[in-house]
Amino acid sequence: MSYLPSLAPSQTIDVSLGPQHPSTHGVFRMNVTLDGETVVKLQPVFGYLHRNHEKIAEGNSWLAAMPYTDRLDYICPLTNNWAYALAVEKLAGIEVAERAEYIRVITAELTRLQNHAAFLGFVLGDMGAWGTALMYAFREREKILDLFEALTGARMMCNYMRFGGCRCDLPDGWLEAARKLVDGFPAFLDEMEALLTGNEILLARLQGIAPLTPERAINGSASGPVLRAAGVDYDIRKVDNYGIYNRFEFRVPRGSVGDCYDRFMLRVLEARESVGILQQAIAGIPEGPVVNPKAKQRGFRPPAGEAYGRIEGPKGELGFYLISNGSDRPYRLRIRPPSLINLTLLEELCLGTKIADVMVILGSIDIVLGEVDR
Amino acid sequence: MTGVLEAIKAAIPSAGVELLKNPSPCAQHSLLVAANDSRAVAEFLRDSLGFDFCSNVSGVDWLPRKVKEEIVHKETVEGVESEVKETVEREIPGFLEVVYHLFSIAKKSGPLTLRVRTGDREGDVSIPSLTPVWKGADFQEREVFDLYGVRFDGHPDLRRLLMWDEFADHPMRKDYVAPDDFEYEPTPHDEILAKVKARTEAA
Repeated sequence: MSYLPSLAPSQTIDVSLGPQHPSTHGVFRMNVTLDGETVVKLQPVFGYLHRNHEKIAEGNSWLAAMPYTDRLDYICPLTNNWAYALAVEKLAGIEVAERAEYIRVITAELTRLQNHAAFLGFVLGDMGAWGTALMYAFREREKILDLFEALTGARMMCNYMRFGGCRCDLPDGWLEAARKLVDGFPAFLDEMEALLTGNEILLARLQGIAPLTPERAINGSASGPVLRAAGVDYDIRKVDNYGIYNRFEFRVPRGSVGDCYDRFMLRVLEARESVGILQQAIAGIPEGPVVNPKAKQRGFRPPAGEAYGRIEGPKGELGFYLISNGSDRPYRLRIRPPSLINLTLLEELCLGTKIADVMVILGSIDIVLGEVDR
Repeated sequence: MTGVLEAIKAAIPSAGVELLKNPSPCAQHSLLVAANDSRAVAEFLRDSLGFDFCSNVSGVDWLPRKVKEEIVHKETVEGVESEVKETVEREIPGFLEVVYHLFSIAKKSGPLTLRVRTGDREGDVSIPSLTPVWKGADFQEREVFDLYGVRFDGHPDLRRLLMWDEFADHPMRKDYVAPDDFEYEPTPHDEILAKVKARTEAA
């Protein structure tokens, strides 16, 4: 007979994870109900970083919304800039200068590289390899941020894109520096993979954790790497062919079971494809103006109407829905935040897993709270 | 877009669906669906037309507007008949609008813009939730409820998303006025100040 007091099998315990927790990538809280160590309920709590960019934009001019987009997903300011510029260009029918299209692709793919590098470091941190992997990843990320600083004057708050092009041309020697960095990037990915992807602990922590079927991913509006890791062949760069992506050859990696390991490896594979795009774009960039001279920036008044523009951001489908009533400020500016919407499936993914896996699952979705809460 | 409209009309003849033209060069026209029919139309779009991906849900606030119209009518003054032009102001009542951007992953098509409107801005603000059709609308409908005050009937968990639960207003509405201090709470300090003021005034 047992001398231990018997616990009722249904006894659960509520734990509030966050908002101050290193693994939650910012101020994000999850109310988790545990049965032993198993998650039986999970409710995310948002809003700690809510600044209401959408309301601020309604009081500012169209151009003044551009620097605010930097502050959404502050890891990837240049793709945010592009998504907003693209939506405005759709709304007003603005053509983009040829050279600017190449610069946009180059900066966006560099953004993807540094986002995915940071992701690898963060997700390792979530698994307990705190620091080391992140330092390796940030070493590469810093080099890319140096390039951004040389180009835009800021490492993170770039405010670089304009309607119909970009703010300024590439400085002397920038392309050469970018080419060197891009050529050296696969070595970093090889190094990361050699250290990590065959690692027994990493496999035990990632494989088979929180698998996602394509049907659930699509119905839950998952986008970007989360959607593709579930096995869905859907990359907006291929589907919409926005910008000049139809000129480049690249493949769209896909996962097979959609577990954390697929989501992890998909970023590595995507980064390798981005390197290919970058090499093609750097080789093919033409001379010319970097902004369409007919496009008005200050005092810009698009005709009344509406447009939804979207790009394949590093974290998923980043969209802007704009309504203009013909005045000098947006009537409505809606941001479609991939970080927030990818979290829709978080509870489903976490149910039945252990509490230690919750952090890894959250890390594998890849969120930034500046974009979740806006 | 007209093909989609015809398909809906053929499948659900009673559905109130209307094509709204978008004057912008991108020509993303939208379908205005009557609130009562929105669930049936959404299910038809998902199951029969392959719009399996509800990408974006936005709220829009339209204030009441005054439209000036010229009315010409005939008037007889002292036996002489003449045409008189009169400007009449007509008020279009305000409403809240929820805009769904749908895509098809299978057919790689979209966006299909679906709009659903509430009756007005104050009392009749309920529309059916489309979260049972697309799970991805869950947080976004909660956000629209939070910031615009649209009530989604049939939503599994309709709570505020970004503002705190005790917050009373809907900050994205066009007529919202932000308080000077969001976190103002009366403190004993104010009572003491009032007492001191009363005493000094009496003296």
